[in-house]
Amino acid sequence: MNIIGHKKIYLFFAFILVSASVASILVFGFRYGIDIVGGTLWQIKFIENKVSAEALNQFIASELKVEGTQVASGSTESLIIRAKEISEENHQEYLAKINSEFGAIEELRFETIGSVIGQELRDKAIKAFILVLFAISLYIAFVFRKVSRPVSSWKYGVVTLITLFHDAIIPIGVFAFLGYLYGVEIDINFIVAVLVVMGFSVHDTIVVFDRIRENLKFGSSSKDEFNAVVNASVNQTIARSINTSLTLLFVLFAIYFLGAITLKYFILTIIIGTVVGTYSSIFIASPLLTLWRRR
Amino acid sequence: MNKRKSIVILVLILAIAVLAGFFVFPGAFGNKFLPWKLGLDLVGGAHLIYEIDTSQILENDRESVVEGLRDVIERRVNLFGVSEPQVFTAQSGNSDRLIVELAGIKDVSLAIQEIGATPFLLFAEVVNFPNDLTGTTTLTQDNFIPTELTGRYVIGAALTFDNITSQSQVNLSFNDEGAELFEKITEANIGKPLAVFLDNQLITAPIVQAKISGGQAQITGNFTLNEARALVSRFNAGALPAPIKLIGQQTVGASLGEDSLSQTIFAGTIGTILIILFMIVYYRGFGFFAAIALIIYILLTLLIFKLLSITFTLAGIAGIILSIGMAVDANILIFERTKEEIKKGVAKLPAVEEGFKRAWLSIRDSNITTIMTSVILYYITTGFVRGFALALLIGVVISMFSAITVTRTMLRVFTKNL
Repeated sequence: MNIIGHKKIYLFFAFILVSASVASILVFGFRYGIDIVGGTLWQIKFIENKVSAEALNQFIASELKVEGTQVASGSTESLIIRAKEISEENHQEYLAKINSEFGAIEELRFETIGSVIGQELRDKAIKAFILVLFAISLYIAFVFRKVSRPVSSWKYGVVTLITLFHDAIIPIGVFAFLGYLYGVEIDINFIVAVLVVMGFSVHDTIVVFDRIRENLKFGSSSKDEFNAVVNASVNQTIARSINTSLTLLFVLFAIYFLGAITLKYFILTIIIGTVVGTYSSIFIASPLLTLWRRR
Repeated sequence: MNKRKSIVILVLILAIAVLAGFFVFPGAFGNKFLPWKLGLDLVGGAHLIYEIDTSQILENDRESVVEGLRDVIERRVNLFGVSEPQVFTAQSGNSDRLIVELAGIKDVSLAIQEIGATPFLLFAEVVNFPNDLTGTTTLTQDNFIPTELTGRYVIGAALTFDNITSQSQVNLSFNDEGAELFEKITEANIGKPLAVFLDNQLITAPIVQAKISGGQAQITGNFTLNEARALVSRFNAGALPAPIKLIGQQTVGASLGEDSLSQTIFAGTIGTILIILFMIVYYRGFGFFAAIALIIYILLTLLIFKLLSITFTLAGIAGIILSIGMAVDANILIFERTKEEIKKGVAKLPAVEEGFKRAWLSIRDSNITTIMTSVILYYITTGFVRGFALALLIGVVISMFSAITVTRTMLRVFTKNL
């Protein structure tokens, strides 16, 4: 595959995706989960009667007088209610009222996170995010510490960071869009999924760069030859990159379609990240390196 | 390394794997002496987070008060009849937390009521006695100064009746420290009222007639017989040394938990089968050994989880399944290298050895970022994320062993040098 030769197409495609993601984030913003802003998530299942999400939503708004509540359909014919923090007394009161209006129900899940805890979880997630970013950057600096010709080693590091940004921003953009479309929320699990994706992506890129440096040891440093060496290196590692991502995608898709519903968006984030991470390690990292070399 | 040595190692690995299989498989003998520990997101149950109000407590006492509170709640929770209830405290910034985990509990709201019903008793000096003394008078008013004497000094309670009016009364016994405090407080307030608050409601405010020593106090409120009885039994289970407030809860119904467990394990099985098929189709003979190494890897990971008694949560299972997807990465790196060597014309066995040697650095480097990420997540976060990070960490570390040592040993034994 002549990847370096067609690098403009690949880089342009990535540029479009990143721009679209940034636009999506700016235009749609985020919807935050209850573990970030506090609130209640309540999943119930009606045993006697079939109750629609609209009917329950209307009942909650008019009879229970809870504002800003949303009802959505969950798995196995259950309904998921999202609301501001519901206290235990109110919880029991609402439960009794819903019971008498719609018949017997089964409570599948009731989660309340006070704003205090939400704040704490958010702080911890931010702390973890910064630390992981810092650790990954340090690691990149360590891996590329040795000077190599004809591209100085810090350029490898910068390119790795650029691909990292690419791999993180696209899932974030997709989720901003999904939040606008389906009310999908950004929660702590999402942040963790992005971190995990970044970890994968870095090592994917490092494997390719390692190969380039290994091959460069034997070659000279003219521009055309450098491009040829990079292209050969990418081609040597491409099977590995794709196969590794494929095996990961097998299990990810299995959990996404067959696993617990609570894992769905967590897994979706990793799926998107794995796909764009593989793309970036093949079609972005090395082309950027040759682009830089030209100047 | 000679072949005989490799065979010995391989037999050893297989023996451990088979034993691990029996040990981890639910229903097999391992369950008898070390059953799986399942988190409450899988068996259903409640995770309750309380905030402990330590604002009225001296800094020096804080630790002992929080510990005492934990003990009291634990005694109460033990009465619920759930297996292995967890009660622990956690400090978060400046505030103390009490976390109660009740796996498999049926009636969560009753449990919350019972925990909340643990009485909080407080004696307060009266500065300016309010005229409208009612049951709704609360401690927040300016007329009262809380004393140090609280329910934490109560060691027992008994129901008694007033000789003349037959009104029910609650007799409290203090421990030595409490008796001393009570003596001091009554001495300082002779002729003045002393207010008794229960769960922040004023119960009674009798005039202190004389210094009372001996550590016995009598509370005469407008209790009905039943109220007095309930109060006595609660005091005997223990009074709270500090008030608590429910600030977060997570309750999962048993059916949802069971569904999550079976669905996710099914998904993991399908994912594993897909990987095995892929490896065998793409890498043929090599892939077959990688597949066996993968199965050994899964067994070993589960074995470690069980031996370390790590509670299995949905997040943990997700982490393990994810690590299964990543585990063959090392094998793929090795096989791609081996294929290249074979293309160059190197014989099969040296090609395999060369593949392992060359791929090792990449394997080590590529796992480091995941290890770093999971270690940071494990130490900083809580709950779901923590369980996920731990599983991922254990998985990645074991996969380095299985993909390299196990696969290499098998290839050394079975590769014929053509």
